[in-house]
Amino acid sequence: MSEVTPDLVRHLASLARILVTEEEVQKLTGELSVIVDSVASVNKAVSGDVAATSHPIPMSNVFREDIVLPSLTQAEALSAAPDSAEGRFKVPAILDEE
Amino acid sequence: MSDLIHKSAAELAQLINSKQVSSVEVTSAFFDRSEKLNHKTFSYLHLNRENALAAAKLADQALAAGKVHSPLHGVPIAVKDVLVTKDAPTTAGSKILEGWMPQYDATVVVKLREAGLPILGKTNMDEFAMGSSTEYSAYGPSRNPWDLQRIPGGSGGGSSSAVAGRLAPLAIGSDTGGSIRYPAAVTGSVGTKPTYGAVSRYGVIALASSLDQIGPVTNTVLDAALLQDVISGHDAKDSTSLPNSLGSMAEAVRNADFKGLRVGVVKQLSSDGFQAGVSERFQDTISKLTANGVEIVEVDCPSFEYSVAAYYLILPAEASSNLAKYDSVRFGMRILPEGNPTIERVMAATREAGFGPEVKRRIILGTYALSSGYYDAYYGSAQKVRTLIQQDLAKAFAKVDVLLTPTAPTTAFKIGEKVNDPLAMYLNDIATIPANLAGIPGISVPNGLAKEDGLPSGVQILAPAMQDAQAYRVAALIENLYKAEWGDYLISQAPDLEALNV
Repeated sequence: MSEVTPDLVRHLASLARILVTEEEVQKLTGELSVIVDSVASVNKAVSGDVAATSHPIPMSNVFREDIVLPSLTQAEALSAAPDSAEGRFKVPAILDEE
Repeated sequence: MSDLIHKSAAELAQLINSKQVSSVEVTSAFFDRSEKLNHKTFSYLHLNRENALAAAKLADQALAAGKVHSPLHGVPIAVKDVLVTKDAPTTAGSKILEGWMPQYDATVVVKLREAGLPILGKTNMDEFAMGSSTEYSAYGPSRNPWDLQRIPGGSGGGSSSAVAGRLAPLAIGSDTGGSIRYPAAVTGSVGTKPTYGAVSRYGVIALASSLDQIGPVTNTVLDAALLQDVISGHDAKDSTSLPNSLGSMAEAVRNADFKGLRVGVVKQLSSDGFQAGVSERFQDTISKLTANGVEIVEVDCPSFEYSVAAYYLILPAEASSNLAKYDSVRFGMRILPEGNPTIERVMAATREAGFGPEVKRRIILGTYALSSGYYDAYYGSAQKVRTLIQQDLAKAFAKVDVLLTPTAPTTAFKIGEKVNDPLAMYLNDIATIPANLAGIPGISVPNGLAKEDGLPSGVQILAPAMQDAQAYRVAALIENLYKAEWGDYLISQAPDLEALNV
């Protein structure tokens, strides 16, 4: 079984784009260890050739007619954005100056 | 007029339809009560009298012109805050969406409006529906109308407490691992998770897309059936929406009979780990069915043992992906760290401030389950368990029409009791999770009060996929057996909310 370490938690939090304090890292390490130990039992359940199910009711090829339907206007789409300019979503710097 | 709040939705619809009362009168009665008592149960995050009464007026005008839009025409309803509404803020119980006004209505909300049901308000929930008690709501916990010191279940505790406390005759919930059925069980109300795809998920804030399903929260089985008939049906905007109708649930309830009924009891979910009073209530339900000539068969579902483990890998995995959209760009909160921060730092700071501890826990767990090196062992195995559960159910349903289990392992626990023990909290859904993993319908119906604490207990009815009508049939039969014993629905035994104090 994989050990959940503080370093792993820091790495996962950065992948998930969640800033964590050192206190949170310690707390999460303990909590996630307990949870992972418990859910790891799924390994014991499956042996041999079992197909994976990703969706409860199998469906395929869900198409619709290629016709234009009413949709949000640009102003509506931008109405809840924290910031916008010139009809676009505005975000802070993408590249670091350093 | 105050007796209006004690009537079922079916009775209210009949009174409105025959013009003995107006939709405005009914809507006002529930709204006044909600305004007065919401501070006790904290069922609603948002109430809007103007919108509710405007919709009620429209329903009355339509009726005056001879138009009845649905069998629930004019009956007001509460909507879980996980469905987007363009006339009310939608938060999913999270600070990250505080104050967000969606630009569109969920399909279910459109259907409710078209069917003439005025919306009273938006109900409280665990943040992004992650929880079994509403204690993880960023806005504070809802309370159980049977005992205000106890949880009303979760994540849909706002909807369950609204209905059980008669702050609304009907409500909408969402069920990913039991968030409709578990709250129903602990509040003495009725809750249904329909077959996956029976009700559109368009405009539902996604938790785990392969598990989420919208359904009714009510005080009677007929009310749930009537509401499912209003909200279900194919929706081109949801690619997982079932193409065919599952028929009328109200008809299944009205025509329910015992003829030829075979009921299965799941060996793995019959006694071990359930509170004594809950087990005793379950045995009582089985005895009542036996006394009416129903054949009871024990069925073996060995893979159910792994359902909670599989669920807590699949759900966090899907949630970590779904919740990536809260990135401070298109809607919701944006936190700007000092200096000239990059978007990456803004995202991390926003998600740090906007998400609560349980949401962070599950996103990080899901990120772990999906990371390379662990994927096959965890997420891959969990998906295989899903297949095994479906196989177990297929074998069981070859022998019986429905399966019965206690809905919840215990009656409502006290607020604060499990909030710091995530694993203990996860086990509340042990009996409800298999239905989500397999996509089958499940209904929780009250089956009495546990002897040791006098709190409500529920029995869960599971049916094969697409056979929601069969689940409603058995739910109606069980409800009738208890109604004959008690002289009324269980909810009539609930304490007077006005006399209770927090």
